[in-house]
This record gives sequence, structure tokens and C-alpha cells, in this order.
Amino acid sequence: MGFFDFLYKEKKEQLNKGLEKTKVSLFSKISKALLGKSKIDAAFLDDLEEILLSSDVGVKTTIEIINRIEKRATDEKFLGENELNKLLRDEISGLLDDNALVAKIDFDLTNAPKPYIIMVVGVNGVGKTTTIGKLAHQFQSSGKKVLLGAADTFRAAAVDQLKIWGTRANVPVVALGMNVDPSAVAFDTVKKAVDEQFDVAIIDTAGRLHNKVGLMNELSKIKRVMQKVSPDAPHEILLVLDASTGQNAFEQAKQFTAATEVNALALTKLDGTAKGGVVIGISNEFKIPVKYIGVGEGMNDLQIFNKNEFVDSLFGE
Amino acid sequence: MFENLQSRLESAFKTLKGQGRITEINVAETVKEIRKALLEADVNYKIAKEFTDKVKEEALGQNVITSLQPGQLLVKIVNDQLTALLGGEVAEINLSSSPNIILIAGLQGSGKTTFTGKLAYYLKNKKNQSVMLAACDVYRPAAIDQLKVLAEQVGVPVYTDYETKNPVLIAQTAIAKAKEQGIKTIIIDTAGRLSIDEEMMNEIYNVKQAISPNEVLFVVDAMTGQDAVNTAQAFNERLNFDGVVLTKLDGDTRGGAALSIKSAVKKPIKFVGMGEKMDALDVFYPERMAQRILGMGDIVSLVEKAQMVYDEEEASKLNKKIAANKFDFEDFYTQIQQIKKMGNLKDLMGMIPGVGKAIKEIDINDDAFKEIECIIQSMTPKERKNPEIINGSRRARIAKGSGKDVQKVNQLMKQFEEMKKMMKTVNKMQSSGRNMRMGFK
Ligand SMILES: Nc1nc2c(ncn2[C@@H]2O[C@H](COP(=O)(O)OP(=O)(O)OP(=O)(O)O)[C@@H](O)[C@H]2O)c(=O)[nH]1
Ligand SMILES: Nc1nc2c(ncn2[C@@H]2O[C@H](COP(=O)(O)OP(=O)(O)OP(=O)(O)O)[C@@H](O)[C@H]2O)c(=O)[nH]1
Ligand SMILES: [Mg+2]
Ligand SMILES: [Mg+2]
Repeated sequence: MGFFDFLYKEKKEQLNKGLEKTKVSLFSKISKALLGKSKIDAAFLDDLEEILLSSDVGVKTTIEIINRIEKRATDEKFLGENELNKLLRDEISGLLDDNALVAKIDFDLTNAPKPYIIMVVGVNGVGKTTTIGKLAHQFQSSGKKVLLGAADTFRAAAVDQLKIWGTRANVPVVALGMNVDPSAVAFDTVKKAVDEQFDVAIIDTAGRLHNKVGLMNELSKIKRVMQKVSPDAPHEILLVLDASTGQNAFEQAKQFTAATEVNALALTKLDGTAKGGVVIGISNEFKIPVKYIGVGEGMNDLQIFNKNEFVDSLFGE
Repeated sequence: MFENLQSRLESAFKTLKGQGRITEINVAETVKEIRKALLEADVNYKIAKEFTDKVKEEALGQNVITSLQPGQLLVKIVNDQLTALLGGEVAEINLSSSPNIILIAGLQGSGKTTFTGKLAYYLKNKKNQSVMLAACDVYRPAAIDQLKVLAEQVGVPVYTDYETKNPVLIAQTAIAKAKEQGIKTIIIDTAGRLSIDEEMMNEIYNVKQAISPNEVLFVVDAMTGQDAVNTAQAFNERLNFDGVVLTKLDGDTRGGAALSIKSAVKKPIKFVGMGEKMDALDVFYPERMAQRILGMGDIVSLVEKAQMVYDEEEASKLNKKIAANKFDFEDFYTQIQQIKKMGNLKDLMGMIPGVGKAIKEIDINDDAFKEIECIIQSMTPKERKNPEIINGSRRARIAKGSGKDVQKVNQLMKQFEEMKKMMKTVNKMQSSGRNMRMGFK
């Protein structure tokens, strides 16, 4: 059973042949590449290249992966099918950063500072607010006292949207209305979290394109203002990336990291046909772990990122 | 972030230098570079391959014009093909029905609701139409409120129903209401959906069947990667949409998805989203998009212009003259006219990638040629054909005739001799196989 079967356990019946088709075609591609070949040859590498590039892994990272595999293949002659499979997985997941402290903090908040402050950032429409709703539900379900901060005071009905998520997850939301200074909302949220001993506070921010200097400065300011209340807040700066985004995600990671020192990634919309392969290169280059994945629009459609499953999903198994 | 195509081609084309013709062998490396650039711009893997195969076909056997680098010529071919692919028929929104019913569809978060507001703004303010919005996203938290806020900002009515969870019914009721009120155009916002979500795809298909829209628009995020093709195809299969809206182009994405979608579904791109505000909507310009995808300056126009004014026959005549040391002031004058045909000097230089910005700061004298022309015009035809006869007294006369100092005339004579020498060497280099650049850099 592959990654997607696992994700789709509940929804499976509704799924049409469409998904099956994508799965089968990718799976058959890689097995064709693997089966019948006991070692790496040019045709195998071509197939691999196609799979990686069409999963948005990007030219640079694809070349890097292929070079590594080629090198290992010459070092270790005559690889069998299983070995090849393992080698592939090792080389790719080796690029995905982990072990950063932030990645270790789970929904139980073991060893986490209290309150644990999470600030959520990203470009427009990637799924920030939805991810926050899902996270709130997860923390709440593991018995934590959760607070949300509606610091997107710009996009139409953004505050209402977060409030609805607050109701769904049964957690309070700090909201000062629309068109107020988002830093003020962030300040109030962190203050309330400290004063009332919340375990975790999650702050939503407006979507912004990373090439807009003014908006990026605003983010830095929101962060600074929180530190007036809690000097090392925010503990987690979660950059949300949409799995369907292509190579531009690199620049997003770069610019958001420059503005706010992003230390965790969430990859949303993996329930679609997009593979999100661009995170491999991002995680490798910026040394930021992928922490969560979004696999649907429901409250439960959030999972802790698992490298091996992710790599398998690139190959449709 | 990415190297631009031009600089990549320059290095790739080192191998091509000295070859007058583009051949299968010497073009392979460059085609690979173009493919890489397209992939980095998020053009779909398969489409990038198809595209470069076509470019290769086009390029094979083409003469490399002496004054252009083969790299530039190839860029031109790429750009032409790209523009042709992205463009095609004119893509105005269809507003011929009464009332016009416009259905909006797309993935989650692509920008449908925002576009619905922007289109209302556009139709109201630019096309002088009465518009009503219909809120058919019954799933996303606060989706209806979001559309309500936008409708208010734009100043158009919006039909909402918080109770009925049936988009077909909501759409039908909205249309009936609009007809009653004599409203000219209804725009229907729908929920985001995945192309593989059969239930949701059926839902929007049913909405379409029930209301027979005269325009179905597929909204897609310009930052989309390889998946753009799958998604566009799946939506097109179910909805046979009439056009594409590319959002968030105010970002710095290359937007290769535009090419992928256009090639995959052959539907025109009708609008582009350029920001979050209601007036941030633009129509689609294929040339701009082509250049954006390739990430280069206006080098293409420069190449185009150079090509336009370049007459091969004349060039070969000139080359012979130079070789025989017969280059005279007549030729020089003609050359100046050619350069001038290419346009304003400052503009020309601004087209070179990398030079663009810097040049704006410097003051270039557009009349740089005027003085020279003036002096040449004061020569007799005989003098122009035989520069060597221009002695001291002739120089004095020319100076007087042109209203310049003798010094200026002397200076020109000296420069002319130097140029002749240089041209001869360059000419030799060319015939010995080395390539000559435009000399602007
Ligand atoms: N299928 C799917 N849809 C998702 C997922 N995460 C979010 N969405 C949908 O994506 C759309 C945008 O999500 P939001 O949470 O509003 O995104 P955002 O980043 O907060 O958007 P802005 O605040 O406008 O920048 C909504 O329709 C969500 O339901 C996911 O993992 N899978
Ligand atoms: N910068 C920029 N942002 C845009 C543009 N178009 C939409 N957005 C933003 O993208 C985000 C998502 O837009 P929506 O209109 O809510 O997207 P949607 O497709 O209706 O989303 P769902 O209904 O959840 O599927 C919002 O933050 C918008 O403000 C654009 O052209 N440029
Ligand atoms: Mg949001
Ligand atoms: Mg919407």
C-alpha cells in the first residue's frame, strides 16, 4: 500500500479512475524503469529524470540526484532491483533536512517552551488559514490549550474565516477586526497566551507575494512586536507552500526566510495531482525541515511529514 | 535565481562560433539549454520537449547572419514560436448573450473569488455594464462573506444564500433574480476543487448544464508547476471552458504554466491578475509572456530590428570593398543610415540585457551621428569615393561648408582611417571563420 492509498483511506470510494490512472502510470513508469534492469543505465536515468522533473523537483536538484545515483552506481556495480529502489530513496530523502529542533516538537509539545508561539506565513492562497485550523484541532485534540490570532486583517473576510476555524476546532480567536495593524493583533495574541497560560498560540498572517518589499517588512515588524511580550517568540515560523507551485517556491523560501527566519515548512494540497517535489531542493538548500503536509480541506487532513512516504509518492508507490 | 536564457545561450553557443549554419550537431547543446530554461520557468516537461524539438527543426539549416550571434538568432526563433503559441486568436471575453452568464472554475486558492470581484469591476467601469455576483461556494469557511465584501467594494449586487447548500439551485435563483432586475451580466463564483475529486467535478458540471453559461473561465495560479497541464486538461474535459485567467502575475514567477496550459488545451488566456486589489486586472499580452518565460531583456526586438535592416547582398558587396581597401565615405554614410534605422541609440542599447537599467542613467547624445553626416554631406561625390584625395585645402573647404572646425574634420578623417583598418582585420577574421558581434558591448 502506497502513500496515497493511506491518505485516501476514507475518501477512497469517491475517487474516480482519474487518480488511479495517475498512480498507475507513474508506478508503471518507475517499475518499467526498475524491472528488467538489474543495473543503472542511460534509459533508467532518463526515466528517472522525467519522473523527477515532472514532479517539480527542478533541474538543479534533479541533476544533483542523478549525479549521486550515477556515482553510486559506478562505485557499487550491478545493483539489483531492490537495492536500486533503496538507493533511490536514500539519495532523495538524504536531501530532505530534518533533526532541526523545531521538527521534533510534536502535538504533545514535549520540551516546548510555553506558550509555544507559531507564526504562519506564505504567499496568497497556499492554505495558511486552513493549516492553522487543522493545527488548532490537532493540538486541541492532544489536550493542549490553544489560541489563534487573526492577524490577516487585509483579505476580504479573512478574520471571519479564521473565526469559523476557531469554532470548528473549539479554540478561542483573538481578533481586532479588519484593517487594523496586524502587529497589534499579534501583540495581543501573544500577551493573552502568556497571561492566560495557553500551551500554544498560532498567528495567521495575510498572504503576500515575496517580491513586495513593503509587505515583507510588515512581516518582520509583526515578528519584532511579538518579541516585546515574549523575547524568543515566535518559536516556530511556518512557511506554507502549495504543492502545485513550481520552481517559484524556491524564491518564496528565500525571501520569507530573509524576512522572518522561517524554520519549518508545511506542504499543502498533496491530495491533488501535484507532487510538490520542489521542497526537496528547498529543504536541502535552506536547511529547513518539512514538518506538516496538508491532504484535504477537512479539519483532520493534516499529517506530520514522513520522508519515505513522500519520496515513495513521487514514484507513485 | 535563475540564469537568464541569454547568458546561457552565450556560453552554449561558444561551440557554434565560427560556423555559418546551424546544424544538427552544433545546435544540440543549445537546444538542451533552452529546454532547461523552460523547465526552470515551469513549462511542463513534455511540452518543453515538444517545443524545443520544433525550435530545432526551425533552426536547422538557417543561415547565421554575420552581424548576429547564432545564439541571438536562436533566441529569436524561440521567442517567435513562443509568442505564436501563447497568442493565436484574439481572446476577448464573450459578452454577446442576454444576460451574460459567466462561470468561474479552478483549483483551491487559485484566485477565483478575487477574480470574480475584479471582473465585475472591469465590466462595470470599463464596459459600462450592470453586473451581479452569485456566491456558489458553499464549502469554504467565509467564502460567501468574502464575495460579499468584494461586491460591496466594487459596488455591485451579490446574490447569497447561507441556507441552501446547493450550488445549482443558488446559481439558477441568482440568474432568475438578475433577469428580473434587467441585469446584463452575472458572474458565478464557485468553490475550489481538485480535478480528481469526482464528486466536486460533477457538481460544477451540473452547474454548467443547468445554467448554460456563455463563458466559462478557468482560473489558475501563475506559479503553478508541472501539474498545470493535468489540471487544465481535466477541467477542460469536464467543462470545455472558453478561456483561462492567469492570477498572481504580480509575483516574480516566470509563468511557464501559461505555455503548458495553452499548448495542452488550446484555449486563449483572456485575463491576468496583477494584484489583490479590484482594479489589478489586465488583458493578456503574448509577447510579454513569452519574454517573461524566457527571462530576458528585449534582446529579441534588437535582433529583429537588426535583421530587418540587414541586407545580405549589400553586406557581401561591402565586405568585398573592405577586403580591397575600397571602403569609402559613401559606404560609411550608408552604414550610419542603417544604424539609424534601427532606432534611437539609447533605446537600442537599452534592449541589451543587463545594459538596460544602467543606460537610463547616462546621457547619450542621440545626435552623435549628426556631426559626421554633416561633414560627409559637405564633401564632393569624388571626395566621398576617394577619401585619399582629401588634402588640407579640401578639409578647410569641407569644414567651412559644414560649419564645423577643421579640427573636427581632421578628427573624422583620422577615425575613418582607423575604422578602415579595423574593418579589414575583422573582415579577415570573419572569413577565417571567427564570429563578429554587434560591438555594442
Ligand atoms: N485540497 C486541499 N485544499 C486545501 C488544502 N489546504 C488548503 N486548501 C484550500 O485552499 C484554499 C485556500 O486556503 P486558505 O487557508 O484560505 O489559504 P491562505 O493561504 O490562508 O490564503 P490567503 O490568506 O488568502 O493568502 C481553500 O479553499 C482551502 O480549503 C489541502 O491540503 N488540500
Ligand atoms: N498578489 C495577488 N494576489 C492575488 C491575485 N489574485 C488573487 N490573489 C490572492 O490570492 C488569495 C486567494 O484568492 P481567492 O480569490 O480567495 O482564491 P479562490 O480561488 O477563490 O480560493 P478558494 O475559493 O478557496 O478556492 C487571496 O489572498 C487573494 O487576495 C493576484 O492577481 N495577485
Ligand atoms: Mg488566509
Ligand atoms: Mg473562493
